[in-house]
Amino acid sequence: MKELIHQSFERTRARRAIWDKAMVFVLTLCAISVLFILFNILTHLFIQGISSLNWDFFTHLPKPVGEKGGGMANAIAGTLTLLGLSVCVGVPVGLGTGVYLSEYAHLRFAQTVRFVSDVMNGIPSIVYGIFAYIVCVLPMKGFSALSGGFALGIMMIPMISRTSEQFVRMVPNQLREAALALGIPKWRVTLDIVIPSALAGITTGVMVSLARVAGETAPLLFTAFGNHYWQRSLTEPIAVLPLQVFTYAISPFDDWHRQAWAGAIVLILIVLMINGWAQYYVMCRGRWSSGK
Amino acid sequence: MNASRGCIKVKDLNFYYGPLHVLKNISMTIEPHQIVAMIGPSGCGKSTLIRVFNRMNDLIPGSRVEGEVTIDEMDIYDKDLDVVSLRRRVGMVFQKSTPFPKSIYDNIAYGLRIVGIKDHRILNEVVEKSLRRAALWDEVKDHLNKSAMSLSGGQQQRLCIARAIAVDPEIILMDEPCSALDPIATARIEELMGDLKDEYTIVIVTHNMQQAARVSDKTAFLMHGQIIEFSKTTDFFTNPSNKITEDYITGRFG
Repeated sequence: MKELIHQSFERTRARRAIWDKAMVFVLTLCAISVLFILFNILTHLFIQGISSLNWDFFTHLPKPVGEKGGGMANAIAGTLTLLGLSVCVGVPVGLGTGVYLSEYAHLRFAQTVRFVSDVMNGIPSIVYGIFAYIVCVLPMKGFSALSGGFALGIMMIPMISRTSEQFVRMVPNQLREAALALGIPKWRVTLDIVIPSALAGITTGVMVSLARVAGETAPLLFTAFGNHYWQRSLTEPIAVLPLQVFTYAISPFDDWHRQAWAGAIVLILIVLMINGWAQYYVMCRGRWSSGK
Repeated sequence: MNASRGCIKVKDLNFYYGPLHVLKNISMTIEPHQIVAMIGPSGCGKSTLIRVFNRMNDLIPGSRVEGEVTIDEMDIYDKDLDVVSLRRRVGMVFQKSTPFPKSIYDNIAYGLRIVGIKDHRILNEVVEKSLRRAALWDEVKDHLNKSAMSLSGGQQQRLCIARAIAVDPEIILMDEPCSALDPIATARIEELMGDLKDEYTIVIVTHNMQQAARVSDKTAFLMHGQIIEFSKTTDFFTNPSNKITEDYITGRFG
């Protein structure tokens, strides 16, 4: 018996070694292809757009067709404005939902809400645009920055609620008990102890969702609408980078194509900056809570 | 100060987690200003018992209490009782030290700020007094604004004790407070318990029988949710009246 096991083991040795090598090779290839795709996108962007990326691009309004130069200053400001507005909608509701699900909800109800958030996460973004068009644009009788921010904000809610629920849940129960045992009412424990302990994770979740909505185009087509000038108030249509990139990219003018590439670079830079800042913040937070 | 401050009386206590009968017919009286140690094998219900005293078990869904528990003649399972104010009177220190993600100062001041004490002089005074009482002041007085997480395990545990004292409880419950500490830190906490006894009633759960013998005035031995023996610590360890107790403390099982 022992002999048999030993022999089979020896016999299959070569084959196992080959499979082992093959699997590692395939997995490495997958990892490399991810890097390759990203690298390709970035180099392509830079080669095409770098020529239009100058100081004017950040400080000037778009020029009419045929005129050289011009920039996307209004669209850059517009994107930042919309992100700010969407945070105002997405963070309070999303964070509130996440904390509620983790700390207070009964099992059944929590499951229902979680399921609904997952479904919401899967809804195509253009549907959010239509929704915002119906509840915001139509009653306000016009496209506006507010409606765009609203559309992006409700897109953020399910993403933020899911991540913040997970991170709040990860706070050790002993910490809650220790605070409760000190005679602290539960709502204060949640507010003063639990949320700050999960803050690094919550922030990451918010940043990831921000980065995702920053590039959304579809829901803005009939909410923010776009604008060739500086908007004067939040109730007017507003220029946004993805929309501007879209309009320029489908135009027949070479000059506009180059500007579209530059716009895409700036969009990616904004997303990278948001992520970099979040990473930095999480690092500082972590240092504080691990005491170094 | 009232001499009877911090007296726990338990009468015919039964406790259930769902269908699980965890504590069976427990009756005991814990006198004020005494240290009572609870020992017994894992899962015997000693932690559950001390968590009855500050109603920490309320947090566990499906738990049920029968019988009577009074602290200074007040029924703590009365339905009109305010659990938050009960927990102010009955502090607790846990097995794992649980500093809040705040500075050392804020960890201690938190319990006071929450009831609206904002005066810096009072806060400073209580923080210093509590830290001194917990024998931590000299080690941390120069960096009160540092994160409490930067302290060592033993210091964190003393910080938790200082935090519990700061809100002026009558009773301090300790759930295996030294099990994660080295012998030196353990010795400091034990010494501290002796100092605290004149002001507080202390109930400590421990797996360490030497510790129970060293620090406590009375010792309770629990098994399968029942109190097997509850007597003066000196008698308990030198002359146990029960055969099971004797077997347990001599290490024949458990």
